[in-house]
Amino acid sequence: MTVPAHRDASGVHEATCKAYLDRFAAKRAELPGAGLPWLDAWRERAIERFAEHGFPSPRLEEWKFTNLSKLAETVFEPIPSAANGISREDLGGYRLEGASDHLLVFVNGRLRPDLSDTGAPGEGVTVTGLSRALEDDAEAVEESLIGAGDPSAGERASALGQLNAAFMGDGAVIRVAANAQPERPVHLLFLAHADKEPAGMHPRNLIHAGEGAKLTVIESYVGLSDGPYWTNAVTHVTAEKGAAIQHFKFQAEGAGAFHIAATDVDLHENAAYTSFVMSLGGILARNEIRARYNGEGVHCALKGVSLARGRQHLDTTTRVDHLMPSGVTDETYKGIVDDRARSVFRGKIRVAPGAQKTNAYQLNQNLLLSDRAQADSKPELEIFADDVKCGHGSTVGDIDAEALFYLRARGLEEREARTLLIEAFLGQLIDDIEIGPVRAMAREAFTGWLAGLDG
Amino acid sequence: MGQLLEIKNLHARVEGKAILDGIELTIDAGEVHAVMGPNGSGKSTLAYVLSGREGYEVTEGEVIFEGKDLLAMAPEERARAGIFLAFQYPIEIPGVSTSVFLKSAVNILRRERGESELDAMDFLKRAKEKLAALRMDQKFLSRPVNVGFSGGEKKRSEIFQMAMLEPKLAILDETDSGLDIDALKIVAEGINALRSPEKATLMITHYQRLLDYVVPDKVHVLAHGRIVKTGGKELALELEEKGYAAFDAASKDAA
Ligand SMILES: Nc1ncnc2c1ncn2[C@@H]1O[C@H](COP(=O)(O)OP(=O)(O)O)[C@@H](O)[C@H]1O
Ligand SMILES: [Mg+2]
Repeated sequence: MTVPAHRDASGVHEATCKAYLDRFAAKRAELPGAGLPWLDAWRERAIERFAEHGFPSPRLEEWKFTNLSKLAETVFEPIPSAANGISREDLGGYRLEGASDHLLVFVNGRLRPDLSDTGAPGEGVTVTGLSRALEDDAEAVEESLIGAGDPSAGERASALGQLNAAFMGDGAVIRVAANAQPERPVHLLFLAHADKEPAGMHPRNLIHAGEGAKLTVIESYVGLSDGPYWTNAVTHVTAEKGAAIQHFKFQAEGAGAFHIAATDVDLHENAAYTSFVMSLGGILARNEIRARYNGEGVHCALKGVSLARGRQHLDTTTRVDHLMPSGVTDETYKGIVDDRARSVFRGKIRVAPGAQKTNAYQLNQNLLLSDRAQADSKPELEIFADDVKCGHGSTVGDIDAEALFYLRARGLEEREARTLLIEAFLGQLIDDIEIGPVRAMAREAFTGWLAGLDG
Repeated sequence: MGQLLEIKNLHARVEGKAILDGIELTIDAGEVHAVMGPNGSGKSTLAYVLSGREGYEVTEGEVIFEGKDLLAMAPEERARAGIFLAFQYPIEIPGVSTSVFLKSAVNILRRERGESELDAMDFLKRAKEKLAALRMDQKFLSRPVNVGFSGGEKKRSEIFQMAMLEPKLAILDETDSGLDIDALKIVAEGINALRSPEKATLMITHYQRLLDYVVPDKVHVLAHGRIVKTGGKELALELEEKGYAAFDAASKDAA
């Protein structure tokens, strides 16, 4: 048998793929919504596609800088055991006290109603667990999952999305009615406590804001253990005409964790989407955002920071499709990389024929704090319209020695001066976060990270 | 008055190139010294060597500051000992607010001197006084260090920082260049305000203009990395008349 070009030759990945197929065959009846014919068929197709493509290889353009061979060496238990020991006390500061009416807490991929606060209904927002939604209103879920279609369904690069579909566990279903504008955010907190086995979590979130609606959603991934586990998350976001969504993501997985997340964003006429991703956990993490502008006048701000140290590998991949005129994209990602860590940025903005008056800019900047730190940066523009304003920028640099000397010559310790300059590198991105408690959380995480700098 | 700074036979190189070639210079507390010299004579190099900049390698000689071996100290230790350098070309530091960094520096130096730290209110009050004296806008405090300032504003910002930090020895590297006459007078006032029997100033300049307003006790002529002549304030006028060429020739003969 010949091994397809995108597969590894060692057979390890093959064995892992095979193990997932076996798990699927053995456990499919235990998966949420099992027995719903459309869902069974959907999962079946997904596992077949995964089997066909296998783990994405670095030979694929989309995965050029991020090698998944370590991830593919381990079989992460796709229906992990529950960690019942977790109590409210363990939620600690991750709760964002007072900041949200709706808090859904997931432990090892499963919603824990006892830890969650679904808040007062009303204000036109409904927040449910996916598993529960499949029991209560499977049709609505079907429409969200299948109705919209999955544009990357057949792509090799998204094979992990297919694995998510096959094993899709729990997740959040958030719906905001037309013109509803809930004041406070919805917070999704995914906790992992995987000390018994390498757990594999495949959460899927469905977020929908109706016409003219407004929503703030916070997605946090927090590791409570340092052993290996895998979060393989897929999130669908839809903003109907004139809707505005602010989406914050805080990736603080455990030290041994893999975190692969794909967020698909569909934006309709005059919709606004603001995303901020803070990524500092895990041994290997990839945060991918794919946004499609399906109507005119979409306004989209994509921001984020990656803080990488040790041997961490933090990947930010974005793909923005300007399909309609007058869309605005304002994209800035910054990475700080220490030790032997690596940060990756791949950003593609595509302006379709006819998407005139597009205004798009993407910037990626990286600060390297050690000789062995690495940053790969590849912003790309593909423009098929002529009346557009597009640009991109990319920098990789060290701490400015002149600035460091200036501050030391005023009496600051080298360490303090360095910290001040590192802080200055991306402090503004954090200060620009509009939601107070989120800004405070990001600030605190950054300060904590800075305190861990050596020398 | 006691000796504050003593430079003995100082040789230094930059990127393998010998720049300072046996500087001898002693400054007593209470004095103002001027070092004058043509472009490229090594004035800034001297300033950087005294403040401890990386890449400026001392190959011979020593520098004693208040009885301590200055060259053995890190840049921040020198600052804490009371040395201040007003940079010839102050850099911009985006993202670092002037007030945040300066408050930190002021309190580090105050602790070092055994003085009480300034709280936010006291710091602001004092900063506003000094800014007013230098006819500078108060908005300046909340801006990032030097970002978007004109050349003249950057020079004034250096003097403002000096006024806040109250150094024992201020080294001013061509603080006068690029200033119009009004700005020059204001800056000179700022320098004079800090004069005291315990402190000293080393003014590096290319022109004698500033010396009309800050009258030096001694003037040194630097050429090819050496002090080729030392005199009183009248030496500055002589330089103005004759130009550097005469001294330049003298130093070349000596070499
Ligand atoms: N960083 C540097 N790298 C290489 N050469 C330098 C550097 N700094 C100064 N020099 C050289 O040293 C000499 C003296 O420069 P400098 O001290 O700046 O003179 P001045 O301040 O008197 O104009 C000049 O020849 C200059 O080219
Ligand atoms: Mg100079």
